[in-house]
Amino acid sequence: MAMAIRVFLLLLLFLSSSNLTFSLFEDQVGLMDWHQQYIGKVKHAVFHTQKAGRKRVVVSTEENVVASLDLRHGEIFWRHVLGTNDAIDEIDIALGKYVIALSSEGSILRAWNLPDGQMVWESFLPGSKPSKALLSIPTNLKVDKDHVILIYSNGCLHAVSSIDGEVLWKKELATEGIEVQQLIHPLGSDIIYAVGFVGMEKLLIHQTHVSDLFQDSSATAVILPSKLMGMVALKISSTIIFIKVADAGKLEVVDKIDHAAAVSDGLSFLEGQQALALVQHGGSKIHLTVKLGPDWSGDLLKESFEMDHQRGVVHKVFINNYIRTDRSHGFRALIVMEDHSLLLLQQGEVVWSREDGLASIIDVTTSELPVEENGVSVAKVEHNLFEWLKGHILKLKGTLMLASPEDVVAIQRIRLKSSEKSKMTRDRNGFRKLLIVLSKAGKLFALHTGDGRIVWSLLLHTLHKSEACENPTGVNVYQWQVPHHHAMDENPSILVVGRCGHSLDAPGILSIVDTYTGNELNSLGPVHSIVQIIPLPFTDPTEQRLHLLMDAGLRAHLYPRTPEAIGIFQREFANIYWYSIEADNGIIRGHVLKNNCFLEVADEFCFETKALWSIVFPSESEKIIATVTRKLNEVVHTQAKVITDQEVMYKYVSKNLLFVATVAPKAVGEIGSVTPDESWLVVYLIDTITGRILHRLTHHGSQGPVHAVFSENWVVYHYFNLRAHRYEMSVIEIYDQSRADNKDVLNLILGKHNLTSPISSYSRPEVITKSQSYFFTHSVKTIAVTSTAKGITSKQLLIGTIGDQVLALDKRFLDPRRSINPTQAEKEEGIIPLTDSLPIIPQSYVTHALQVEGLRGIVTVPAKLESTTLVFSYGVDLYFTQLAPSRTYDSLTEDFSYALLLITIVALVVAIFVTWVLSERKELQEKWR
Amino acid sequence: MAVIQRSKPIFLTLLFLLPFCFLHSALAISPGNGDGYTINGRVKISSFGLKGFDGYFSFHNVPAGTHLIEVAAIGYFFSPVRVDVSARNPGKVQATLTENRRSLNELVLEPLREEQYYEIREPFSVMSLVKSPMGLMVGFMLIVMFLMPKLVENMACWKPVRLKIICLSK
Repeated sequence: MAMAIRVFLLLLLFLSSSNLTFSLFEDQVGLMDWHQQYIGKVKHAVFHTQKAGRKRVVVSTEENVVASLDLRHGEIFWRHVLGTNDAIDEIDIALGKYVIALSSEGSILRAWNLPDGQMVWESFLPGSKPSKALLSIPTNLKVDKDHVILIYSNGCLHAVSSIDGEVLWKKELATEGIEVQQLIHPLGSDIIYAVGFVGMEKLLIHQTHVSDLFQDSSATAVILPSKLMGMVALKISSTIIFIKVADAGKLEVVDKIDHAAAVSDGLSFLEGQQALALVQHGGSKIHLTVKLGPDWSGDLLKESFEMDHQRGVVHKVFINNYIRTDRSHGFRALIVMEDHSLLLLQQGEVVWSREDGLASIIDVTTSELPVEENGVSVAKVEHNLFEWLKGHILKLKGTLMLASPEDVVAIQRIRLKSSEKSKMTRDRNGFRKLLIVLSKAGKLFALHTGDGRIVWSLLLHTLHKSEACENPTGVNVYQWQVPHHHAMDENPSILVVGRCGHSLDAPGILSIVDTYTGNELNSLGPVHSIVQIIPLPFTDPTEQRLHLLMDAGLRAHLYPRTPEAIGIFQREFANIYWYSIEADNGIIRGHVLKNNCFLEVADEFCFETKALWSIVFPSESEKIIATVTRKLNEVVHTQAKVITDQEVMYKYVSKNLLFVATVAPKAVGEIGSVTPDESWLVVYLIDTITGRILHRLTHHGSQGPVHAVFSENWVVYHYFNLRAHRYEMSVIEIYDQSRADNKDVLNLILGKHNLTSPISSYSRPEVITKSQSYFFTHSVKTIAVTSTAKGITSKQLLIGTIGDQVLALDKRFLDPRRSINPTQAEKEEGIIPLTDSLPIIPQSYVTHALQVEGLRGIVTVPAKLESTTLVFSYGVDLYFTQLAPSRTYDSLTEDFSYALLLITIVALVVAIFVTWVLSERKELQEKWR
Repeated sequence: MAVIQRSKPIFLTLLFLLPFCFLHSALAISPGNGDGYTINGRVKISSFGLKGFDGYFSFHNVPAGTHLIEVAAIGYFFSPVRVDVSARNPGKVQATLTENRRSLNELVLEPLREEQYYEIREPFSVMSLVKSPMGLMVGFMLIVMFLMPKLVENMACWKPVRLKIICLSK
């Protein structure tokens, strides 16, 4: 029951203890938070179905995850997320019980126990020269009862024991100039053949022109990386041809298949026979065909599946056979779709599907839900009231320890399954929203904040590979239209920005999507290149936000392209400034708009710009490694801060402040690549309108990577201190000194103050800064700060730690005014005595006992209720929760006992009657006396 | 390479709780030239009540210098460990916990403390009920009901006045 009954604020403030931690009881897990586990786009899949019991499939993915999935339901049995630089080359199963994974270009071999995922052994395979990494586990090669794993990597052939991972022998092959492509181990023999090329000569032997085999030489042919026995699969435009290598180097075409999307590896099946699976698209259906070798003519199986067109085309297919109850052979296929989702097909139907595109989120934004339109019927209210009361009686029983075990279960179910939180309408507290996420595959998902379910998904066709756009990638998502005046009849929409290719000067693509329905309203592209996107603080009459897109030629393009937009823009023309950062050259430039572009085709939405200022960092001593600004939509409630002795300090709150961190060019590499004497970290606060450096601070003997967050008038950053061998966090607060004279109440009353004078970047403000540093135990992946609707609630830093947890750290711990012995007045103000390191309180982990594997980002969104902020963190996993940094002072907590309140009221009423009756009687007696 | 061939194969049987240790690159005093050293160690959780578990780890190809090892394990707090790999006498490893500057003789990493992520729900007590707003309300009510009449009664001076009034009315 998330009813926010605003109660007497002071009472609750008095009742809530001054505890600084965000804390959670164990039975509150899952009430406001949800956690989803993903694995990413599957690269390899190995089935394990021979023995009865739990059937599973072991997969490795592009997010460097090794996972064992339940073949019946697609759930994760176990998974391991390897480091970002530890890409998996190949996986296989050895001895029927170990999962073997070769990673880091074939230099690390690991084995995990298949049933529970515990690590069994790990081997390091050194080598001289990088080469292709190959893994082969012969089923019948035994050395002293030990199965041998053969690995070719880094130019060496290794034989590794599968029991303990010991390297049995090693042979250098690269020195002889062999480029090994495949390892072959014939059945029942003791000889391994490593097939490869010596230089380039051998490669030419089997050269037969593709056009000789297939009469369409206009398209380029691509060899598909499928492992087939004695065959090669070539893909020419949309046709796949299978070419068999016959004797004496002759090639012959076995089969031609039109509109095929993917081909599986050959599956050894029966004696010396191979089967392969083919997937073709036809309308909204996909067709799966299993063909059997060696003639490949007959179709062993032909099935069609209805497929959601939002999943795109099939990228990969893996097959596995099983024996049906009638002893015939059946096949199941695991397919990987364009949106990175994983599906299991069996007996003509989709058994399960996993939305693994959500493991690679690029950007997140939020959208409001539709407003509730019609009122609720009386019958429903009555029913709800009854249910509600019943629930609360149960809860009361729980508090009074009277509940039976069944009741406890019922209570927990009621709490978790509250239909209120997953409704598809807007709520008064603003807890229910849509999270719009853009995945690497170019798919948009709308997730409901209540329970994390996917409301709609859309595979953006603008981010679909086409001739005009070879390599489309999504970049960002922005709120395009947020209707307030016409909230009932207009839907909000978002802007998706992408690029054709990875370089900054690649043509851009734009797409506008309705957030209620998930329909693409408009799309543009490929257009000019997009280097920078500036959402402007203006909206046109239809409440579309104006956006300024910078191209590589430093021209500004205005969107939306409407006459109204240009009218608004012309009015604000002189007030638009922005900056660009050239990290490689160490230059930050400020720009203004000049005039319309001089192009062949007149374009009134295009503007030339001119440079206003530039800051050039000396390239021999400083290199930019991090820049951060305030969030555009951040709200600051109070400009002044009352400190002890009734003094007032005015925060220097400017939207145009930029924090820049530079390090010595030598120290750009990993931590420890330089000695403390050669390393320094310099931080700057720069006004981006004038280019004035407001503050500069040097940390000697420190090094990046720097993670920073900017909010209100402070910036917090995390770096490594080489001298102390510890991570540090520093805070800089910036105050406006020119307003500091406005202390006198008399002057304020008489109007002799400059508080109402506009803040302008043209004037030179006198600022003072305060700074302090603390040790922090962990290295950090990302830092964010909580944001609330009106900015009254105190702030918490959200730190994504190396253990993929999110730690909430009160900003009060990072206050430059902390001292070892605070005075009584300072203590009353809430200043914590200074300690050398920041405390890590386990109860203040937002993610409690969960991990957001592969954590990459944390997003905070204010709810309408001032005390509460919504936190969404993403990586390979997703985690969402609600936070109340200063406790929920404006609403009752979830475990507030309404039943107890009712009982109290009833008891009071009864007591009033009893006393009334008693007093009446007494009075009567008095009178009779 | 010599180092690696001499070293015994390393078992890494860390429980799923401790899948990885993160090695944070080198604080190289003298950068190693290509072939580095191997750091072998052990993570041991000799638990507090429950059956403990442990496992081994190794980092290969580590250049000589100073390194920092961070252990990430849900439920336990580990101090980062500063490891000095000496170039002069290979295999010699000096390790220091950075949190409390305690030096380790062997590279056996143990958690400093267990981490409890949840608040412990206090068992139901009468005091908590009394302290709650409702309890205060009821308490106040009781005071008004039982204490106030007593106070009134004790103020004896009222009685004659009241009697007088009664007399007058008669």
